[in-house]
Amino acid sequence: MITFENVNKYYGDFQVLKDCSTHVNAKEVVVVCGPSGSGKSTLIKCVNGLEPFQSGKITVNNVSLGDKNTDQNKLRARIGMVFQNFELFPHLSVVQNICLAQEKVLNRSPSESVERAHALLERVGLLNQAEKFPSQLSGGQQQRVAIARGLAMDPVVMLFDEPTSALDPEMINEVLDVMVQLANDGMTMMVVTHEMGFAKRVADRVIFMDEGHIVEDEKTDVFFSNPGSDRAKDFLSKILNH
Amino acid sequence: MNYNWNWSILVTEPYLGWLIAGLGWTIAVSILAWILAFSLGSLLGIMRTTSVPLLRGIGTVYVEIFRNIPLLVQFFLWYFVFPEVVPHDWGMWLKREMPMPEFTTAIIALGLYTASRVCEQVRSGIESIGVGQVSAARALGLTEWQAMRYILVPVAYRRIIPPLTSEFLTIFKNSSLALTIGVIELTAVTRQIEEYTFQGFEAFTAATVIYSLITFMVMGIMRYIEKRSRVHGMLGSGG
Amino acid sequence: MGDFDFAVIIDNMPFLLKGMQTTLLLTALAMVGGIVLGTLLALARISSVKPLSFVAASYINFFRSLPLILVIFWFYFLVPLVLGRPVGGFYSVLVAFTLFEAAYYAEIIRAGITSVRAGQFQAARALGLSYGQSMRFVVLPQAFRAMIPVLLTQGIILFQDTSLVYVVGLKDFLVSAELIANRDQRLIEMFTFVAIVYLIISYSASQGVRMLQRRMQR
Repeated sequence: MITFENVNKYYGDFQVLKDCSTHVNAKEVVVVCGPSGSGKSTLIKCVNGLEPFQSGKITVNNVSLGDKNTDQNKLRARIGMVFQNFELFPHLSVVQNICLAQEKVLNRSPSESVERAHALLERVGLLNQAEKFPSQLSGGQQQRVAIARGLAMDPVVMLFDEPTSALDPEMINEVLDVMVQLANDGMTMMVVTHEMGFAKRVADRVIFMDEGHIVEDEKTDVFFSNPGSDRAKDFLSKILNH
Repeated sequence: MNYNWNWSILVTEPYLGWLIAGLGWTIAVSILAWILAFSLGSLLGIMRTTSVPLLRGIGTVYVEIFRNIPLLVQFFLWYFVFPEVVPHDWGMWLKREMPMPEFTTAIIALGLYTASRVCEQVRSGIESIGVGQVSAARALGLTEWQAMRYILVPVAYRRIIPPLTSEFLTIFKNSSLALTIGVIELTAVTRQIEEYTFQGFEAFTAATVIYSLITFMVMGIMRYIEKRSRVHGMLGSGG
Repeated sequence: MGDFDFAVIIDNMPFLLKGMQTTLLLTALAMVGGIVLGTLLALARISSVKPLSFVAASYINFFRSLPLILVIFWFYFLVPLVLGRPVGGFYSVLVAFTLFEAAYYAEIIRAGITSVRAGQFQAARALGLSYGQSMRFVVLPQAFRAMIPVLLTQGIILFQDTSLVYVVGLKDFLVSAELIANRDQRLIEMFTFVAIVYLIISYSASQGVRMLQRRMQR
């Protein structure tokens, strides 16, 4: 579904992605982890074209991102993204947040969009908040709405950029539960996170990044029991101790 | 478009002489008004941030009055109305014997108006420093006045260099209003040239170029001052 | 001082009101035009198309370095010349004010747009919305909401600046009052009246904006 081939990315003179090659298969759930600054957020932001890259190749569903002929907007409509800071549109209600792109990008009728929105809100357990505004919701609720917003576009893959890092601890589980359900329903997912419990529960593979390199890239049980590199072992020992 | 171009008028007498004189008047009015505005404005700004209600009140009333009347109307009030409402003898002196009445009035009007704006810049500069600094100063035993003088004012003034520079440039632009009471400054001169020679394009371009150059130079000087006075580690200091 | 004569004000009220009408009309039209043009300039200024950004920045810096009186003279002189025929003073002046104010509005709007977090724009793009759609439905609505107090305050400044049409004799409120002042030798009454009227209108308007700002914070 997603392929990375020798991807390099620079911010000015600083190289943030170094020769990254990996893939995500359909229906697979891949967790990307690593210390801060390792490039993991940048990696997934390259997948939907929010960040450009200087060399290498990235394809989604066989469409190449670097290709001049690629319609970036249409491509983004098929890739869902959930941000660390939720980024719900504060001037729109919950249901309007979910309908905006459906109407403007997919050209769905308003009634169709609202119906879809309600169905998704039901799925994430927030149907009764449909008419509220983001500022009236808790962080966990906002993030669940953000997931529903992404799903409304019927994406082929969902990207998550540290979806629970900005949440108070008691709200992390309500979001993770939605994500687990999504994985069990067969969605292809690429998730940047520190939540190793989530990784163990639903991830098929784990990618570990450090300083722009992909250091580990293997099945979940292998990663947790016997990763190849010292860097990964060091990382695991530190974060699994609490 | 029917127009006869003649750029040479800009360098022929008497027009060239007029331009130079006009520029001179513009600079003179601006700088003298700025001196008045900066001193009075600083005083008012500090007054507005003290804890003495009377001082704060005076500052507020001053600002609201001078900010809500158009500058042009203020010019007219000073030039036409003020000499009539003061005691008779003063009025006569103002109208008959004061040297360069238009010039002086322009400086007063422009200076007092701009003082209200400088006051607000100074006030927001001081207020932006945050109560923590003042608490720390008071905790050491400094009086309010000492805290103001040694802690708040030095830091505040560095912060407001950009808006103050902007005010300084605004004074240059507003000095053009002096033409309405008879000061033959730069803009007035170019209008005069236009009326005499019908070469409006050339005349106005001269003024445009000169004002643009003034802006450019002042901005350059400001950047230099800002760099030299950076407080290391402060937000916005880049250091 | 002696005889402050209110009658001169009352007797000439219709004429003065007509002048005020011109002032308010000029303010309203220049404000709308200035905001529209200013928005375009702001978008051009922040766009990644270098020549567009450069042209917008030059326009903004140019008009902000000139005195308004000079701009009024320019257009009063230029508009009839370009059109090839005499034009009423009002239209020349309106063009001057609109183009001048646009430069100031552009900076306000630019600050408003950049104050909307980049994440909002990214989230909109991530959903597949185009640049234009993201601006129109997500960024600009939020930006304008934040900017309304500042835009209105600039409008109050514009209201006061319209008094400068004095230099070309357009019959606004100030000029109307001045004509009466000179005709009837009543400078004190008329200028004081003008000052008080401007003071009341500007002060009330700015208090209104402050109240609006407080309500919007909630």
